[in-house]
Amino acid sequence: MANTHTHDADAYFVPHHSRWPFLGSIALFIMMIGVANWFNGATWGQPVFFAGLLAVLLVLGWWFGDVISESLQGRYNAQVDTSFRMGMMWFIFSEVMFFAAFFGALFYARAFILPWLSGEGDGVLTNTYLWQGFVAGWPSNGPAEIGGAFEIIPAWGLPLINTLILLTSGVTITMAHHALKANARTGLLWWLGATVLLGVIFLGLQAEEYVHAYQELNLTLGSGIYGSTFFMLTGFHGMHVMLGTIMLAVMWLRCAKGHFSKDHHFAFEAVAWYWHFVDVVWLLLFLFVYVL
Amino acid sequence: MADHKQGFIERWLYSTNHKDIGTLYLVFALVMFFIGGAMAMVIRAELFQPGLQLVSPEFFNQMTTTHALVMIFGAVMPAFVGLANWMIPLMIGAPDMALPRMNNWSFWIMPFAFTLLLMPLMLQVLFGIGSGGPAGGWTLYPPLSLQGGTSTAFTIFAIHLMGVSSIMGAINIIATVLNMRAPGMDLLKMPIFVWTWLITAFLLIAVMPVLAGAVTMLLTDKFFGTSFFNAAGGGDPVMFQHIFWFFGHPEVYIMILPAFGIVSEIIPTFARKPLFGYQAMVYATASIAFLSFIVWAHHMFTVGMPLGAELYFMYATMLIAIPTGVKVFNWVTTLWRGSISFETPMLFALGFVVMFTIGGFSGLMLAIVPADFQYHDTYFVVAHFHYVLVTGAIFAIMAGAYYWLPKWTGYMYNETLGKWHFWLSTIFVNLLFFPQHFLGLAGMQRRVPDYNPAFADFNMWSSIGGFGFGLAQLLFVYIVWQSARGGVKAEARSWPSARGLEWTVPSPAPHHTFEKPPVIKDGDLAHGDVSH
Amino acid sequence: MKFPRMKQGAAVLMGMLMTGLAFAQVEPTEPARWQLNMTPGVTSTSANAYDAHMMMLWICVVIGVIVFGAMAYAMFKFRHSKGAVPDTSLTHSTKLELIWTIVPILILVVSAYPATQKVMAQYGADHGAEKDEMVIKVTGYQWMWRYEYVGEGVDFISRLDRASNGLRQNKATSQAEIAAHGTYLRNVDKPLVIPADTRIRFVITADDVIHSWWVPALGWKQDAIPGIINDAWTKVETPGTYRGVCAELCGKDHGFMPIVVKVLPKAEYAAWLAAQKPAPVVEAAPAAEAAPAAEAAPAPAAEAAPAATANTAAAPAA
Ligand code: HEA
Ligand code: HEA
Ligand code: CUA
Ligand SMILES: [Cu+2]
Repeated sequence: MANTHTHDADAYFVPHHSRWPFLGSIALFIMMIGVANWFNGATWGQPVFFAGLLAVLLVLGWWFGDVISESLQGRYNAQVDTSFRMGMMWFIFSEVMFFAAFFGALFYARAFILPWLSGEGDGVLTNTYLWQGFVAGWPSNGPAEIGGAFEIIPAWGLPLINTLILLTSGVTITMAHHALKANARTGLLWWLGATVLLGVIFLGLQAEEYVHAYQELNLTLGSGIYGSTFFMLTGFHGMHVMLGTIMLAVMWLRCAKGHFSKDHHFAFEAVAWYWHFVDVVWLLLFLFVYVL
Repeated sequence: MADHKQGFIERWLYSTNHKDIGTLYLVFALVMFFIGGAMAMVIRAELFQPGLQLVSPEFFNQMTTTHALVMIFGAVMPAFVGLANWMIPLMIGAPDMALPRMNNWSFWIMPFAFTLLLMPLMLQVLFGIGSGGPAGGWTLYPPLSLQGGTSTAFTIFAIHLMGVSSIMGAINIIATVLNMRAPGMDLLKMPIFVWTWLITAFLLIAVMPVLAGAVTMLLTDKFFGTSFFNAAGGGDPVMFQHIFWFFGHPEVYIMILPAFGIVSEIIPTFARKPLFGYQAMVYATASIAFLSFIVWAHHMFTVGMPLGAELYFMYATMLIAIPTGVKVFNWVTTLWRGSISFETPMLFALGFVVMFTIGGFSGLMLAIVPADFQYHDTYFVVAHFHYVLVTGAIFAIMAGAYYWLPKWTGYMYNETLGKWHFWLSTIFVNLLFFPQHFLGLAGMQRRVPDYNPAFADFNMWSSIGGFGFGLAQLLFVYIVWQSARGGVKAEARSWPSARGLEWTVPSPAPHHTFEKPPVIKDGDLAHGDVSH
Repeated sequence: MKFPRMKQGAAVLMGMLMTGLAFAQVEPTEPARWQLNMTPGVTSTSANAYDAHMMMLWICVVIGVIVFGAMAYAMFKFRHSKGAVPDTSLTHSTKLELIWTIVPILILVVSAYPATQKVMAQYGADHGAEKDEMVIKVTGYQWMWRYEYVGEGVDFISRLDRASNGLRQNKATSQAEIAAHGTYLRNVDKPLVIPADTRIRFVITADDVIHSWWVPALGWKQDAIPGIINDAWTKVETPGTYRGVCAELCGKDHGFMPIVVKVLPKAEYAAWLAAQKPAPVVEAAPAAEAAPAAEAAPAPAAEAAPAATANTAAAPAA
C-alpha cells in the first residue's frame, strides 16, 4: 500500500490506510451470500461461494504481501513484533475454544445423553416411555439407529499412523526452527519441506479414511451422534491441518526467498505455533475420538 | 505531524485510524439501535391492546428474534467497541490500536454481517420474497430454530461473521492494552474502563468461538443430517442450550462490564473525588468474569436437570451478587463526601447505578430455583434483562457518549437538552419496563403477540412508555448532531475535574495522538493516586 | 435529584407486596387486572415458590432502601452547588470493603438454605415423599397438548377453545368482544381433569419442538422436549379450575396453546374417568361392578406405567 509516511525507526508502525480490510469484508460477504444460498438450494450459490472464497484468499495474499514488504523494509520494531505475537496467541486461544465446543458436545453426549437415554439415573422415565429397551454403548447412533448400522475406524490402524506422522512433523518443524536460528538455510528448507510433506501425507490418509468410512463402513455424518462428533471433530481438525500446510508451504517459499533472518522471523514462528496447536488437538482427538 | 489530506474513501473505508474506526463503530451502533428499536416499537404496538391487530404471529416472532439479535450484536457490543477504539489508546497513551488494519476489518465485517442477517426479513417485507427472518427467538433453540425457512442459514452465517469480527476486535484490544501502554502506565494504574475492557475482551475470545461452534452444529443438523440435537440419534436438544448459554451468560457480562468501566470514569469526575476502592473494582470485575463461566444453566432451571445441577447453578449464580455488590457500594462511597454536580453524563451514570441495581435484584430473584419455576419465560424475565440492558448498558453508553462527546467533536453539547433527554428517558423507560414485572408475576408468558384482557392495562402503560422512550432517543440524535456542527468550544479538559490522559490532548482530539509516548504525571491518572 | 424516581420505585415495590387481587374474580387463581404480585397458588410447590419469591423480594427491598437511601443522602448532602468540599482522602478502606463482602455472603447463605429445601421438596428428595398415585403423560404438539392417563386407556387432545380462536384470527375483532370473553386465550376445548388430594406424576414430552407445560397455580413449569421425558408432580387439595399456558417459544401459535386443569373431588373424578373410557365391546359389565373398578383404578396406575408404554411409545420423527 502506498505509504508515504516517514516514521522514525523507533515509532510504532501505523500503516496509513489500507484497502484490504474493506475489500476483505466484501469478499467474505460474497462468500457467505454464496454459501447461504447454496445451502438453501440455489444453484448459483456454490459458484458464488467459491468465487468469494477465492476473493478472500486473494485479499489475504495481497494484505500479507504488504505486511511482508513492510517487514522487509524494517518498519516493524520490537513492539510491533510483540503485538503480532499477542495477536497470534489469542487467535490460537480462540481456536482452542472453538474445538472446546465440539469436544464438549462429545463429552456431554457420552457422559450424560446416552446414559440417560439408556435409562440411567435421571433418564429412567425417558427410557421407559420413549426408548424402551435401548441400551447405549459407544459408538452409538442413538435409539432410532439413525443412519443404520455402521462400523468405526479402529484407532490402531491409520489413525495411529497419522498420529506418528503429526508427531514427527512436530519434530521436523522444530528442527527447521533450529536450523533457521542457526542460519542453516539448506537444513531449514529440508526440514520445513519435510514438514509440509508430512502434512500432505496426513491429509491424504485422512481423505482415504473418510472414503473408507463412507463407502465400506457406512459411517457418515448422518450416523447419529457418533458420526456427528466423529466427522465434525476430525473434519474441522483436517481443515486446520490443510490451512497449516498451506501456511507452511508459504513459509517454505519465503525461506527460500531469504525473507527471514536468524532473529527476525515471526511469521515462521507463528506458523510453527499454529502447527503445534493442530498437533495437540490431534492428540486429544486420537485419545477421545479414536481410542476411548 | 505531516498529515496529508485523505480522500473520503481512504479515510472511512480504508481507515487504520482508531478514532475514525471508533466513529464508524459508534455511528453503526446508533443506526442499529434505531433498527432494533423500530422492531421493538412493532412489538409494543402489537401488544398495546389484546387481540391481533397489526402483524401476524409469525412476523411478531421475527420481530422479537431480530430485535434482540440487532440490539445485542449490532447496537450494544459495537457501541462498546467504538468507545474502546476511541478511548483506550487515548487513555493509555498509545499512538493507535496495536493492529490497525485488522481493526478496520473488524469494523467492516459488521455492516455486511447485518446485511446478511436482515436480508431474509427485508426481502419478505419489501418484496414478498421468501419466508422472512429468523423467528425462533434470539436463543435459537432447536428443533424450533431448524424449522425456519431460508433464514436459518443466513442467520447462522451472519453470526459467524459477527463472531469473527468480535474476536478480531477483542484480540486487538488485548494486544493494545498489554503492549501499547505508555511507560509508567502500569496495569494497576490504568483507568477502570481499560481494565473492564481488557477483561471483556478475554471473555469475548473465550465465548464467541463457542457460539460459532453451537450454530455450526445447528447448521449441520439442518443441512447435513447430523444428530447433535436429536435424541433419536443419540443427541439432545438440551445440549444446544448448554453450549449456547456457556456463551450466552458470559455474553451478558460482555454487555455490562464496559458499562461498569464507563460509570467508574464518570462518577469520580463529577463527585470530584477519586474512585473509591480502585483495586477492589479491578478484582471484582475479574471475579465477575470468572463466575460468568460457571453459572450458565440458570437459564435452564426448567429443562429437567438433575437436582444437584439445579442447586449448584443456583448457588454459583447467587455468588455473582457479591462482586457486583462491591462495585455498587464502591460507587456509592465514591459519592460519599464528594462534591457532586449533575451534568448529563453524571445523571445517566447515577441512573445507571440505581436502575442497574434494580435489574440485578430481579436477577438474583431469578437465580432462586423454586421461584424461577414460576418466573421463567415470563415478562418478569423480560423486565429483568431490559433493566440491566437498557437502563444498564444503554444508559452507560449514553453517559459515555455525553462524557466524551466534547473530546470527539470539540464542542460542548447542549446541557439543557441533555438533561431533558435524561429525564424523559428515565421516566419513560421505567414506565416501559417496570410494569412488565407485574405482568410476569401475574402469569403473562414472553414471546406472545396476544394476551388475555387481564394483562391489558400494564401492557398499555408499557407500550406508552416504549413509544415515549423511543421518541426521547430522537432528541439524543439531535443533540449529537448539533454538537458535531458547532457550539461552545470545548477545553482540552472538558470537565474541569476530569482526570486521565484523554484530557491532556486538545478537543477535538487530533487525528493522531501520542505518536511519541507521553510522560505520565500522577495527576493525570484517571483516579488520582491509585497506588494502594 | 433522585427523589422522584426513588419514590416511584418504592411505591411500586410496596405495591408488589399486596396480594394484588384488586378486582376479585370468580376463579381466584386467574390473573386479575392490576395484579401486582405472584399468587400463592394451590399446592405446596406453588406456596414454596411464592415464599421463595417473597423472601428474595424483601431482601432486595431492604438492601435497595439502604443503598438507594445512602445514595440519595449523598447526592443531597454533598452537592457541588451547595459548596461541598470533596474529601479526596476517602479512597479505600479495607474494613468497609470486608464488611460489604461478608455481609452479602451471609445474607445469601441464609437465603440459600430455605431455597434449597424447597427445591428438594419438589424433587422428592426430602424423604417425606409420598408415592405417586397416578401418572399422566403430557405431550406438546404445535400447537396443542395431548393427555394420556397412563394405564387407563384415556387419551385426548386439548386445544384452544373455538371462541378464542375465532376472535384472535379476526383482525377486526373489537376490544369489547375480547373483553366479553373473559377466558380469552385461556380456555381449551377439553380440559385436563384430575382428582383432588391425589399425588399425580406428570411425564412430559413433546413431539416436534420444545414446549413448556405451566400452570402457575400448581407452582412449576416443566419443559416438554422431543425425545426426552421430564417429570414433575402435583397434589391439589382444592377442587377448581386452574389455567396455564405453554411457556416455551414453539412457533407461530406459541401464544395460543393454553392449558386448563380441572380438579374434581375424587368421586366425581372417578365418574368422569369412567365416562371417558371406551365402552367395553364384548361383555357389558353390570353397573354395580363398574363403579368399584373405576375407583380402584388410580392405585395400580404407577406400576402400570411401563406396560402402558407399549401403546404410547412412539418414536418422534427423526
Ligand atoms: C447486561 C446483561 C445482564 C446482566 C448484568 C445480568 C445480571 C444477572 N442476571 Fe440476568 N439475564 C440477562 C441479562 C443480564 N443479566 C438476559 C438477557 C437474560 C434473558 C435471556 C433470555 O432468556 O432471552 C437474563 C436472564 C437471567 C436468568 C434466567 C431467567 C429465566 O429465564 O428463568 C437468571 C437466573 O438466574 C439471571 C440472573 C442474573 C443475576 C443473578 C445477575 C447478577 O449479575 C446481578 C447482580 C447484581 C445485583 C444483585 C445488584 C447489586 C448488588 C448489591 C447491591 C449487593 C447486595 C445484594 C444482595 C446480597 C442481594 N438472569
Ligand atoms: C441490548 C439489548 C436490548 C435493548 C436495548 C432493548 C430495547 C428495547 N426492547 Fe428488547 N429485547 C432484548 C434486548 C434488548 N431490548 C432481548 C435479548 C429480548 C428477548 C428476545 C427473545 O425473546 O428472543 C428482547 C425482547 C423484548 C420484548 C419481549 C418480546 C416478547 O417476548 O415477545 C419487548 C416487549 O416489550 C421488548 C421491548 C423493548 C423496547 C421497547 C426497547 C427500547 O428500549 C427500544 C428503544 C429504542 C427505540 C425505539 C429506537 C429509537 C427511536 C426511533 C426508532 C424513533 C421512532 C420512535 C417511535 C415511533 C416511538 N424487547
Ligand atoms: Cu407450545 Cu409454546
Ligand atoms: Cu445468565
